[in-house]
Amino acid sequence: MSAPAQTPPRISEPLKPRDASRAIKRSSIKRDRFFPYALSAPAAFLELLIHIIPMLLGVWIAFLSLTQFSIANWVKAPFVGLQNFTTALDPNGPIGSQFFDALGRTFLFTFLVVAIAWSLGIFAAVLLASKFRSNGFFRTLFLVPYALPSYVTTIAWAFMFNQRDGMVNRFLVEDLGILEEGPFWLLGGNSFFVMVVVAVWQFWPFAFLMLLAALQSIPNEVYEAASLDGASLWKQFTRITLPMIKHANVVLLLMLGLWVFNQFDIPYLLFGPVSPEEATLISPLIYQQSFNNWNFGVGGALSVVLLIALLIVSAFYIRLVMPKGKSIDD
Amino acid sequence: MSAPHFKSKLGRFTAITSIAALSLSGLAACSGSASGSGSEEAGGTITYWASNQGSSVTQDEEILGESIKRFTEETGIEVELEVVPWADLYNRILTAVSSGEGPDVLNIGNTWATTLQASGAFVPFEGEALEAIGGAEKFVPAALATGGAEGQAPTSLPLYSMAYGLYYNTKMFEEAGIKQAPKTWDEFLATAKKLTKDTDDDGKVDQYGFTLAGQRTANNAHSAFILGMQNGGELYTTDGKPDFTNDGVVSGVNDWIQLMGEDGVVSKSNAEINDGSVLPGEIMDGNAAMFFDQAPGKSFNAAGFKDYAMAPIPLKNADATGLEATQSLVAGINVSVFENSDNKDAALEFVNHLLSVDEQKKLNAKYTSLPSVTEAFDDPAFDTPEQQAKKEILANNAAPMPLFPTEGQMESLVGEAIAKQFARIAQGEKITEADVRKALEDAQKQMPAS
Repeated sequence: MSAPAQTPPRISEPLKPRDASRAIKRSSIKRDRFFPYALSAPAAFLELLIHIIPMLLGVWIAFLSLTQFSIANWVKAPFVGLQNFTTALDPNGPIGSQFFDALGRTFLFTFLVVAIAWSLGIFAAVLLASKFRSNGFFRTLFLVPYALPSYVTTIAWAFMFNQRDGMVNRFLVEDLGILEEGPFWLLGGNSFFVMVVVAVWQFWPFAFLMLLAALQSIPNEVYEAASLDGASLWKQFTRITLPMIKHANVVLLLMLGLWVFNQFDIPYLLFGPVSPEEATLISPLIYQQSFNNWNFGVGGALSVVLLIALLIVSAFYIRLVMPKGKSIDD
Repeated sequence: MSAPHFKSKLGRFTAITSIAALSLSGLAACSGSASGSGSEEAGGTITYWASNQGSSVTQDEEILGESIKRFTEETGIEVELEVVPWADLYNRILTAVSSGEGPDVLNIGNTWATTLQASGAFVPFEGEALEAIGGAEKFVPAALATGGAEGQAPTSLPLYSMAYGLYYNTKMFEEAGIKQAPKTWDEFLATAKKLTKDTDDDGKVDQYGFTLAGQRTANNAHSAFILGMQNGGELYTTDGKPDFTNDGVVSGVNDWIQLMGEDGVVSKSNAEINDGSVLPGEIMDGNAAMFFDQAPGKSFNAAGFKDYAMAPIPLKNADATGLEATQSLVAGINVSVFENSDNKDAALEFVNHLLSVDEQKKLNAKYTSLPSVTEAFDDPAFDTPEQQAKKEILANNAAPMPLFPTEGQMESLVGEAIAKQFARIAQGEKITEADVRKALEDAQKQMPAS
């Protein structure tokens, strides 16, 4: 990613006589003004088509009574105002209480996964940024979870955590003999932690990759100078490494945070269409309401609330953490 | 690498909007995964989603592949077959209905017929469409009645007819000295307890009297229906309002849940099973002695397993009559044509093929189910003792699942509520009848107004 150019390039200017040069400059400024828009138009169009319009439709659905009676011709679904929102947000109602539980749980899940994935990522990246033998091997190895299709790996995890025949329980009960009886990993409270483990496994290589790239842009001389001045490795890490990869971090944490927050595949593949109560995240809950219970209006209302919550968090994040105004070279 | 920076308010606004869009795209992904598409070449190809009736998807592909071959030879119409596992079928249909992108012909569980009919996404079989498949008279009336709500043209036609039965491992019965299948719920519990034991004396129970798929919502809902009826309770009031918390339904559901709880005749590991097709394996492996199922014969046959027999599901009261003598739902698989199909004529022709007497005989023989077309139903080929028992159950002791448009949601919500109780029991919690009532109450609160 690179910063947008501050001024248009003027490559041809020195080669032309003064008057002609002015005319060309004027037209080139005109052209340059238009040029960035022309370049971004296809992207903007696709963005509109793929993200913005479905998002607006999602918001509209939240105000409709959309069930099996109206789904085939949903444009004609009855408008019910805020009714879906009152159902979805009533903390004493069965859907509202599930929603608020799921919201808190999703924040916790996101925090845990991002924190652990980032820590593992930075640890491995620092380790592998230095040159040593079999460095390349480890880099490839660490990227394997990222390269494998998440469907395949999550289903493999589900097999491993199966209570009766899973590898995990076999190992704990039969091989190590630590436990008398294999616990249930995919039901109840444990299911939340299994979900965290699988998500960390899947997301940490991305953190590793981004951080490794960022680390490699730090010139070696800085570290050499620091060590000449007697800075310990920890000091070098906290005073040089972290500040110099700050901007990569900011973007990485935001992206990871949003991906993990909206996580759907992992719970769906681990638990099926209905997650255990203790592991119900927001996206699967919306899916459950919309598709299992054919209550698309309530599903839409939940999505809108989620959208607003994420917008607020992201807006604060961007305002507080993201670099502003000045150009940064790192 | 340099990070993006936001110089203007506009830039920042754009960034925030993109993030919002990005964050919602995950949700959009939930809804946009319709696969399969309506056929494009007129007269040429249609798509068919079949439910998983055989012992495996591969077996289905073989059986249906042969039938499709016969159809293509006769008509020149190609059929693209996709066998959809039960765990996915309902969701796939819902996605198809909501996106308008679906197959031309599809199988549905007949209990969903009324719910799917209400969506208006399927061709009603009346007039020409009904004539194209040979008229309503050719069907077994009880099977045809599952095609949709009373008084409306059905949007699905019965393809395979089934009834629940109690299947058991005869060898295990013999070894335990049990002479005959239990007829009442008390006898059933006593038998199940007798068969629940520690066979290798290591202090752990390794053989159970009964097995079930705890996370399989449809099966849980079916049990709630059957056992609820036996206890004198129905899931809906006569005018179509959900009524999950009447005493009969609560007792019936409680009976079902306590099999794993108080009675302890079901292994707690069953709480995790979300695929009913693994249950015949439990019987064959000797992990459990009995289970309720509709047509597991093909799984037993595929494995060459002979030591099984079928009896009607035990009754709560031996001398029950009427609704309380319900031992099964009128179970089965129906076939529908998608309203958005680009090639309805070919689709109807294919349905007609599946419902022809010849195909009915061939397919139902392979799937160990019963034909839904009278001429095939009465054929001597479908008169084995098991099939005769099934026919009798269907004639005298079966009721259709509630024919109300919210039946689909009821199956999901009641099934989930029960699945959650099994999960709690598996983790050592004790579930009382009051807990069951509370769970059903929560489920009922989530039902949409019909």
